[in-house]
Amino acid sequence: MMPDPTPLVEMRHISKHFGGLQALTDAQLELYPGEVLGVLGHNGAGKSTLIKILAGAETASEGAIFVEGHEAHINDPNDARAYGIETIYQELALCGNLNAPANLYMGRELHKWGFLRKNAMKSEATKALSRLNIRIQSLDVEVESMSGGQRQAISISRAVHFDTKILIMDEPTAALGMEESKMVMEMTVELKKQGIGIIWISHDIHEVFNFTDRITILHGGKNVVTAPTKEFTQDEIVSMIISGIAVERGTSAAGG
Amino acid sequence: MRIPGIKSQPLVWILLVAVFLAIVLSFLSPFFMTVGNMTNLSKQVSIVAILAAGQAVVIISGGIDLSVGSILALSAVVIGALIQVDVDPVFATLAGLATGTLAGLVNGIVITRGNIPPFIATLGMLGIARGLALVITKGVSYQVLVPFFLYVGNAKFLGLPIPLYFVVVTYLVVAVMLHMTVFGRHVYAIGGDERVARLEGIPVDRQKVKIYMLSGFLAALAAVVMTGRLAATPPSVAQGIELQAIAAVIIGGVSFVGGRGIVLTALIGALIMAMITNGLNILGISSFYQQVLIGFVIIVAVWLDNLKSRK
Repeated sequence: MMPDPTPLVEMRHISKHFGGLQALTDAQLELYPGEVLGVLGHNGAGKSTLIKILAGAETASEGAIFVEGHEAHINDPNDARAYGIETIYQELALCGNLNAPANLYMGRELHKWGFLRKNAMKSEATKALSRLNIRIQSLDVEVESMSGGQRQAISISRAVHFDTKILIMDEPTAALGMEESKMVMEMTVELKKQGIGIIWISHDIHEVFNFTDRITILHGGKNVVTAPTKEFTQDEIVSMIISGIAVERGTSAAGG
Repeated sequence: MRIPGIKSQPLVWILLVAVFLAIVLSFLSPFFMTVGNMTNLSKQVSIVAILAAGQAVVIISGGIDLSVGSILALSAVVIGALIQVDVDPVFATLAGLATGTLAGLVNGIVITRGNIPPFIATLGMLGIARGLALVITKGVSYQVLVPFFLYVGNAKFLGLPIPLYFVVVTYLVVAVMLHMTVFGRHVYAIGGDERVARLEGIPVDRQKVKIYMLSGFLAALAAVVMTGRLAATPPSVAQGIELQAIAAVIIGGVSFVGGRGIVLTALIGALIMAMITNGLNILGISSFYQQVLIGFVIIVAVWLDNLKSRK
């Protein structure tokens, strides 16, 4: 895929230290519309810190974030949302005691003078779910009684419901079975078609290799490589994650 | 197939229990279903019922308010003290309501800003508010013999005692708040999963402060009714009543874990407790046994609730 000239997100020279611990050093990230960018690295490689900074859960010690070419000041999750950045967490962040529309609109309820517009939210939720081909028997049912896949589907439709441009998916399939993971990936492809930029974080190399357009690998808080996924083999990706040393391009094609 | 209106089911169940209890008691004693006794019962239930409405909201949000009895006493004492210096009873009432709301505000701030668990924060307020009530009065009970409060405590309107109207209005307003407003939705979300609520941008701290303010306000409203009924404001009034309010909420079937239940069941819970007390009084059974029985009822109510949810 040919990237657009202006990235949706550009994170430049991001550094972050927690006291004496240097979590990120001069890290970079670019995300273009309609692509899936895999962010890879060990535990402690800095990928979750980098993503948290974008999502507003952490703030960078140094560096700048640009959203669609303009500098963005993201200090908390609500700031990130205002820039169209939404995050989906692996641990299924829904209130189990509430139904799908209530979860979809949580914190952003439709109301008139403080009174909930339940019917409006229900019909909007129906539309939002059908847009992503999600089938749910009844919208009045508590989310708790639904399967993991259905709940993740609700999380995703919530994340993309509010004019989202950038979607961070932090191990979105980790808690799911195979069928359900497939469903989540199908939904993600659908979002990609709508021009949303997706950051995909996963430990499943096979999944990343087959599913992402580009990858960026972090090691020790620094970028190792950022390139189209298919320039490397799975083994090379694994070795870069472990060693932190970039494989020279082209050499992989020669084979052994 | 799913039965529509599944949320109203707990109300139906607890209502059936209450009706069954009423029928049994009316068979056991001819005095139970008399107008006089019903009037009496509704007065008895009114204080706990008003407190239980606030407590239900707090418990649904995943918290607890142990201070309502003390806040009631403090608010009553403020009213009594102002009446002593010939302040207009309406103004005294407003001052009492403000006192309770302020105490609730303090609870809310201590819980959210101080990051202190509701049990501890309101346990502290239980001591503070009761102590202040004693400090203000030096332990003396003020008499409140102004017509306004005598009317509130003893008069009838359209054949029904005034405290009953306080209860009805309280439950109508709280039910609307809880089930139809953004605030109510946030109460359920916070009780369901506070972390998620925060992550999704709900102003959790602000809503919690409002929740404890509501509970404090309702404790003060109960103080107005109490002042009317007693025609006095003893600083030791309503000791331990918070446990009755909590019991009413639990018997009504509101989950102690939070996030579940409806406020109306707390009213029925309060009614069931009052009927047990009242019925056993009429039957001439010692009040010692009443405590034992209510203790059993609380445990059985939660046990039945567990059975239902395990299905």
